[in-house]
Amino acid sequence: MSTVVDAFSIVAIVAGLVFFLAGTVGLLRFPDAYTRLHALTKADNLGVALVVIGLLPQMDGVLAALKLVLVWLLVMLSSAAVSQLIARSVRRQERGE
Amino acid sequence: MTTVVSAVVVLLLLWLALWTVVARDAFVAVAGFVVYGLLLSLVWVRLAGIDVALTEAAIGGGLTGALLLGAVGRLRDSEAQATAERSGAGTRAFAVLLSVGVTLVLVLCVLALPESAPTLAPQVVQNLPATGVGNPITGVLLAFRSLDTLLEAIVLVIALIGVWSLAPDRFWGGRPGPRYSADPDGNLAYLARVLPPIGIVVGLYLFWAGADHPGGKFQSATILAAMWMLVQMAGLGDAPRIDNRWLRAGVVVGPLVFIAVGLLGAWTAGAFLGYPDGWAKPMIVAIEVALLPTLVLVLALLLNGAPARGEASASARSSGQ
Repeated sequence: MSTVVDAFSIVAIVAGLVFFLAGTVGLLRFPDAYTRLHALTKADNLGVALVVIGLLPQMDGVLAALKLVLVWLLVMLSSAAVSQLIARSVRRQERGE
Repeated sequence: MTTVVSAVVVLLLLWLALWTVVARDAFVAVAGFVVYGLLLSLVWVRLAGIDVALTEAAIGGGLTGALLLGAVGRLRDSEAQATAERSGAGTRAFAVLLSVGVTLVLVLCVLALPESAPTLAPQVVQNLPATGVGNPITGVLLAFRSLDTLLEAIVLVIALIGVWSLAPDRFWGGRPGPRYSADPDGNLAYLARVLPPIGIVVGLYLFWAGADHPGGKFQSATILAAMWMLVQMAGLGDAPRIDNRWLRAGVVVGPLVFIAVGLLGAWTAGAFLGYPDGWAKPMIVAIEVALLPTLVLVLALLLNGAPARGEASASARSSGQ
């Protein structure tokens, strides 16, 4: 049973890391701020989500698992808000305000 | 495997430090500094210094980063002129010599340390039960070396007075910083409504957990101050007038209670800041509870800066004009 759980964790975390890698490559290679933000949010949302899902069965106790889920939700909330703010500030600069 | 990870983190840290120093653009340098702080807190986690890691992330990366970003904003107008300026060859050579000299002295000092570093950790662990707290860091900060913590709190209050004293006479007693306005239906306002309840719970949890686990008043105060700043920046609340009596009482309550407890110790336990037998835990809790509002207010008001708008208070008007 524990082998199955471990295998699930490994698969989920590796999948999450793939999103992080893709997000980082996008951040480095994409041409402008909007597309770079687009790449970054993939890493933030899907990458962190998959890593958290992979780690959940490894936590001892429901409370620790809930903390992990809370961290994930907070990362989603802040990254969503911050990427919108960055995009808005970039647009404002482009308009020359 | 872990050695490789550590080595990569150390190299990254050194590279980032260098990058922060050589960056020509102030904003870029501050961004580098913030990332440096976050990476440094990872290093502290690896060294099992969770308390230090929390403080570094909250104060080193977060709060100092925010202060520096504020400074960059203020300096933006004169930045181009400052970067265009080239100092003379003599000054540059002196700067290089000075930095290399300081680095060399530091390296020599570190190399001259005895092989097993002198430590007081065993004594701390041995005497910790007497204080009634479970986290040795809290024990050191509020029992064995509480004088340092008292002076730290006083220094913070003096720093705030220093910032306030930069106010022009006509604004003395007024509100610091600009009045932020943001779209009330925008996502900053949304974040400022959703995040503070969570942040306040997390902040108070860190405060309370500090007795037995990593955490404590400093980390907690930074989070609480950040929530307050978020509310201000989203335009949902204004910075307070600095002549508000309650505000000023909150700023000084921590050091005053700390000193009072210290004097009580001199009377009952025979030493300034000594705790009578069996009373250590309640007194430590009293100090921490009193320090929390001081730290929250001072950290947030340091970020707010000097009073820059609003009517001056009556006392400043009568004496100033």
